[in-house]
Amino acid sequence: MAERPLLREQTTGPQQTTSPEMRSSLTIRLAGDAGDSIQLMGQRLAHSAALQGHTIYTLPDFPSEIRAPVGSLPGVFGYLIVIDSDAAPIPGDGTDVLLAMNPAALKVHLAELMPGGLLLVDRDAFTIDNLLSAGYLSDPLNDASLADYRVCKVAITSTSREALEPFKLFRAEADRCKSLFALGLLCRLFDCSPQPTMGWLSAKFAKKPEVFQANQRAIEAGYRYGDSSEMVSAIALLGRYRIARARVVPGRYRQVSGHEAIALALITAATRSRRRLVYAAHPLPTAGELLHRLAELQRWAGCIFQAEDEAAAVGAAVGAAFGGCLGVTASSGNGLVRKSDAIGLAVITELPLVVVAVQHAGPSVGLSTKPEQSDLLLSLFGRNGECPTVVMAVSSPADGFTMTLEACRIALKYMTPVILLTDASLIHAAETWRIPEISTLPRLDAPLTTGPNSSVGEQGVSTPRSSSLTFSPTIAQGESVFLPYRRDQRLVRSWAVPGTPGLEHRLGGLEKEDETGHVSYDPRNHERMVGLRATKIARIADDLPPLEVNGPTQGDVLLVGWGGTIGPLRLAADRLRSRGFSVAHAHLRYLNPLPTNTPDVLRRYRTVLVAELNQGQLAWLLRGAFLIDCISFIKMQGKPLSIREIEQQVEQLLGLSTQVTG
Amino acid sequence: MLASSSLPLLPKDLASDCEVRWCPGCGDFSILAQMKKVLSVLGLPRERMVFVSGLGCAGRFPYYLNTYGFQTIHGRAVAVATGLKLARPELLVWVITGDGDGLSAGGNHLLHAMRRNVDIKVILINNEVLGRSKGQSSPTSRVGTRTKSNPLGTFDTPLRPLSVALAAEATFVARTVDVDIDHLGETLLRAARHRGAAFVEIYQNCNVFNPDVFAYASDKAVKFDNVVYVEHGKPMIFGKDRDRGVRLNGLTLEVVSRSQVASSELLLHDETLAEPILAHLLARMTYQPDDPTSMPEVMGVLRAVERPPHHDQVEAHQTGCDPSEVDLAAFYATGETWTYEENEPPGNQLP
Ligand code: SF4
Repeated sequence: MAERPLLREQTTGPQQTTSPEMRSSLTIRLAGDAGDSIQLMGQRLAHSAALQGHTIYTLPDFPSEIRAPVGSLPGVFGYLIVIDSDAAPIPGDGTDVLLAMNPAALKVHLAELMPGGLLLVDRDAFTIDNLLSAGYLSDPLNDASLADYRVCKVAITSTSREALEPFKLFRAEADRCKSLFALGLLCRLFDCSPQPTMGWLSAKFAKKPEVFQANQRAIEAGYRYGDSSEMVSAIALLGRYRIARARVVPGRYRQVSGHEAIALALITAATRSRRRLVYAAHPLPTAGELLHRLAELQRWAGCIFQAEDEAAAVGAAVGAAFGGCLGVTASSGNGLVRKSDAIGLAVITELPLVVVAVQHAGPSVGLSTKPEQSDLLLSLFGRNGECPTVVMAVSSPADGFTMTLEACRIALKYMTPVILLTDASLIHAAETWRIPEISTLPRLDAPLTTGPNSSVGEQGVSTPRSSSLTFSPTIAQGESVFLPYRRDQRLVRSWAVPGTPGLEHRLGGLEKEDETGHVSYDPRNHERMVGLRATKIARIADDLPPLEVNGPTQGDVLLVGWGGTIGPLRLAADRLRSRGFSVAHAHLRYLNPLPTNTPDVLRRYRTVLVAELNQGQLAWLLRGAFLIDCISFIKMQGKPLSIREIEQQVEQLLGLSTQVTG
Repeated sequence: MLASSSLPLLPKDLASDCEVRWCPGCGDFSILAQMKKVLSVLGLPRERMVFVSGLGCAGRFPYYLNTYGFQTIHGRAVAVATGLKLARPELLVWVITGDGDGLSAGGNHLLHAMRRNVDIKVILINNEVLGRSKGQSSPTSRVGTRTKSNPLGTFDTPLRPLSVALAAEATFVARTVDVDIDHLGETLLRAARHRGAAFVEIYQNCNVFNPDVFAYASDKAVKFDNVVYVEHGKPMIFGKDRDRGVRLNGLTLEVVSRSQVASSELLLHDETLAEPILAHLLARMTYQPDDPTSMPEVMGVLRAVERPPHHDQVEAHQTGCDPSEVDLAAFYATGETWTYEENEPPGNQLP
């Protein structure tokens, strides 16, 4: 490799010590053009760091346009990596390290870099053209605008090209390898071995050894560049990080994204319930990823159906459920609205159905890639009539596995639709996931039946005189019959699947007569059925784990959240407690029904602060359900909560400060 | 254990315990009666048959049959039936829909079920009016029909259900009429035996909101002059005295008098043509009252071709193995995995 001097003056920034700074967590942003293989670089760095004993969280930030011009601001692809020592890795409020592969990437992501943070740039990419595309009037590498950061200018493009010279590649081909050069350098800087990536590349390019060799050379060159005397002295000047090893339960692990976790859980649910999975969806942005993932995995236990629209998707899932399968559908944003009608059908026909709803900022199409939590009340109430369903929420990418399995368990056990809320960020983010021991997985049971469940005239079997459609007089007293709406002690009806002899029955969206399931217009019957459906769902609370609290079991402030905000809320509460304040955090995984101990928990704190990415929907729900006042902290920017803004809000509540910035 | 539905079935075995509640004189009674007869000769047990419907008067159909049944919501019957067929390919799945249900909210699903060739039998009961909601125009109401929503007469151009089905690449397309019970029965039977999506339009008399709109095609006194019963391989001849025929002239069909035209010039019906051009022409033949040159309307099977049904394709392309046989440990290991040991550096477990 050609020696390329990295001059002292190219490394600027505040004076630093040379001993590594020990961190429990490090947040790194890689950013560049969509063509710069940022995602690949990020995934491989994450994997290498995981093998080093860290837990990892990653979140891609896709360009807003599918094919934006090279070097332009809308074309910037960002990839966030958190290298952590906690079992649940959580991004910080800002990034500690930014790698900007061009001026546009710098412009888009500089604001999130913490003051004093490490900024690595490909100085070769700071050409006049690129600077102009990014809207820079002066070169930030040569003016004072980066004075707050520890800037390390590396000639990534040219050094990588030189390293690849022996391969006689076209320039475009060689430049595709510069992300691997950068990856090698990052591996060196963060004490990760590049070996796992080499192994991965050799498998990927098993049939193209020359491509593999070029890629390998680029990584090696980057890694060795990290050892070059220039880089060593630069880093010595800038300071370096060490991240503590993760404290995790020993076992087998892998990285899963939010949609992967859900897909894995759906196949698991099919296996544990011995029901074939029928996954029907119309590919809306964000929910589409789940369809792709399941399309790859379906050979394991299911079949996927790409429906023509949202109504068809949920309709097919309901049809599959009628047919005895695990019927699942997913949508994002306004897709859920188009599914309301058929979810209502599944409520009245009491069929198991899982609806994965990826929330994004609205109304209407809104910001279709930005996370929000604004579909909570829609999920609870967004259907005509009294139409109760179970609603639960995923709180982290890997938690998608647990909660999806749980959604399937409840849907099958209680013959009910379950809406599983996730969001546009959770679905794309990935984190380290402990592969469960098979023996610890729940068995999923359903009230399947193959025989009659009553005999005419028996106590409790209603005579259908109230029915608007009369019962056939040909059925004799004492004869065995199947009553599709006869319930067990949990109020759950039986699931008799078409094809089962003797249990022929009719379901439908018209009000059902109690027990017989006949169409009924009887007003008292309707009131009774409304009550039965509501009670059945409400009683599921007895089967749910209680609401847990992190922190003191009573005290000044309880932070309450749900869904994807768990990280910042937990960290904010931890930090406040470490400063001596009485602050606890409780995160609701089940939104309907709520865990039975919820009001008791809320009442044990002087102030309940509900933080959500909406206009206060959970706060509204808790006030309405329990007559407990809650203070609402809301944020509607398509961005996650920050730890600092929660801390400030609590400080204000405690009378410690009066100013909240958010 | 309940007595399994023993074979052979009799039509009366197919009646459910629900009292039929259509208006007296409604064409649906006849369709229900013929359906029971057809079901009884299929050699299938009752539990293998499922009727799925949407809203409207026809939506009540499943309640009156002692098979499995599912009345769904407006327009979505085809979607639900598609999911059911994915779940249980061995079932005989019927969709009973109407012009108001299947061609308005349900239009999109209908198109896609046809192109996919989902093995469902779609019976579209067409009365050119919304009956259940008490008499508004439907997507098939002919221009000038006075309805509650168009008291001065409907002005929107109606859809032709058969043309819609053909445009959506349906593999079986037929038309029949409620009171012609033999033809109705035979048509339903052929639909039941077709492997793939079958589409049958039935002219039905809603004698409350759109009475006698199809009298020209159902009244024995006049119908033979106004409809042509097509049969595969036979020339298209009609008229009470079988004195007229249909001939292809360029790109259009025309009615000719058999006394003036040799039989060899008459159009031979071929329902098996790979290209559905002839079926399209037949589907557009429209009776015009008071027009001596009016075309007759077609009754019978316009198109019946073979194409692998959707569930075969699904089977071939994607169906998973039996869920109870999945090795989850192997399944989870499909990605890159590694091990965190207690107090030890993690091993690199790459394959
Ligand atoms: S309204 Fe018309 S279609 Fe409906 S039941 Fe009465 S006659 Fe039949």
